[in-house]
Amino acid sequence: MILTIGLRELKSIFLSPLAWAILSVVQLILAYLFLGRVEIYQLYQSQFLAMDGVPGVTEFVVPDLLGNAAILFLLVVPLLTMRLVAEERRNRTLTLLFSAPVSMTEIVLGKYFGILLFLLLLLLLTALMPLSLVAGASLDFGLLGSGFLGLALLVGGFAAVGLFMSTLTQYSTVAAISTFGALLLFWILDWSGQGLRSGNLIAYLSLFNHYKPFLDGIFDSADAIYHVLLITTFLVLSIRRLDADRIGG
Amino acid sequence: MNTAALVEVKNLSRFYGALQAVKGVSFTIRQGEVLGFLGPNGAGKTTTMQIISGNLAPSGGSISINGHDLLEDPRAAKSQIGYLPENPPLYRELTVDEYLDYRAALSRIPLARRKQARNHAKARCGLENTGGRLIGNLSKGYQQRVGIAQAIIHLPPVVILDEPTVGLDPIQIREIRLLIRELGEEHGVILSTHILPEVQTTCDRVQIINNGELVLSESIDGLEKHMKSASLTVAFHRVPALEILEKVPGVNSVQPETNGRLRIFHEPERNPTEEILRMAVKKNWGLYEIRPARLSLEQIFLDLTTEAVPDIETTTEIPASANESRTEP
Repeated sequence: MILTIGLRELKSIFLSPLAWAILSVVQLILAYLFLGRVEIYQLYQSQFLAMDGVPGVTEFVVPDLLGNAAILFLLVVPLLTMRLVAEERRNRTLTLLFSAPVSMTEIVLGKYFGILLFLLLLLLLTALMPLSLVAGASLDFGLLGSGFLGLALLVGGFAAVGLFMSTLTQYSTVAAISTFGALLLFWILDWSGQGLRSGNLIAYLSLFNHYKPFLDGIFDSADAIYHVLLITTFLVLSIRRLDADRIGG
Repeated sequence: MNTAALVEVKNLSRFYGALQAVKGVSFTIRQGEVLGFLGPNGAGKTTTMQIISGNLAPSGGSISINGHDLLEDPRAAKSQIGYLPENPPLYRELTVDEYLDYRAALSRIPLARRKQARNHAKARCGLENTGGRLIGNLSKGYQQRVGIAQAIIHLPPVVILDEPTVGLDPIQIREIRLLIRELGEEHGVILSTHILPEVQTTCDRVQIINNGELVLSESIDGLEKHMKSASLTVAFHRVPALEILEKVPGVNSVQPETNGRLRIFHEPERNPTEEILRMAVKKNWGLYEIRPARLSLEQIFLDLTTEAVPDIETTTEIPASANESRTEP
């Protein structure tokens, strides 16, 4: 049932021009950044050869690319998630799901699953860029894998927050701006801790601080759990919010 | 009335904040029955339907659908229902086939049977030639049909239709009414509407809800009896003295009406028509019109839903159709 709802969601995304626009824009910008980075590497390659302990091509290109990708997704995910529930509520199609023999959990997970599939596709396309370097260089697949795992967890969290914001309103734009605001806030939370040494609780909650280690190739289960918890929290909130729709009316 | 109840609603109530939209409503629907749900705007029709279809949680009371309690076992109960809300829940970006397949999947119809279910629903609703078209491009009438098709695709025992003929042209309205009658043969149908003739042509039973309370629950046959009031309308060229008419056996009182007609109230079991005819001929009153007065459903509806309920005498004075009353200067 989750799969049914998810696949329909995915289909609807592709039926609107938004999906294609987002795919192409993200691809274009990331490709530009990627090529720029590769070019710089090429420029300094000869000097790197003479030095000791310099970054390899993966280490030079991938963290930078994924760092920028994360910012880009921060902008793009709210646009994708905004319509999930808000639009259905506005078009009164939510009734179809509510009166069908499916539970709220299935509805929420289905929608989340649908958007996640799309985002994974976006990630896959992004991953093809550094993978193309395989043709001319040897890659550090560990670093690459950890980086993309981090990014996947990160956008998973973005999507969960977006889904929740979408359940709050019937205006897609309101959902988008709230999602963007919430995510940006989560992202920059660590700025508050900059003056202090590490250990600041608020800074600890920052999304960025739990994404950065992945880019450095460090898989810390605490960071992974942070993302999973974030996703779970917002999915549960979404389910509760939709239930409240039925009860509150 | 020999089959078991498909839907059993007991003491249903619903609050919106402090406002109580539905107050202790109870009713049942049996198989092969079309129940007309009438009421003025804001009476609680749609709320009741949303509750039965599981879109709103009731504040109190119980609903059992084909033996499944809606609150305790919502999944089983919901699989027994097909619901068409006021605004059909259509995904405009899908084609009719895609949409119906999705709906079938949501109802857990196995993949192998989905095509058959879809074709069946399309045939029932006259959608055979629209399968590949986008729902957003269909006319309002066809969208409404898709809405109905979506409600019956899983062959639910109970079909709930909330104002299904709103915004349709007369031909489509007729077709939809026919379809509803057809559905009523196998399913239990709840039809909400505020078009009164629709109820008379399609329903087996009528319920009128006002201010959240059921004020009438009657079969159409029973309603017919309600509608025959014990009075006659007569018109003479040479009007006799009212006292003479009042002395006719069975007549209780006579009242002149505005347009020269007389209203004769009689005892329900003793119809004085024959006697009056005889006298009119004998005494040369020039009788040119005599007919039993009938209450229209509209009047019953107005009586039950208007706040200040007028007494029987004054209500029966209202001409049978609203148009007639417009003839007076």
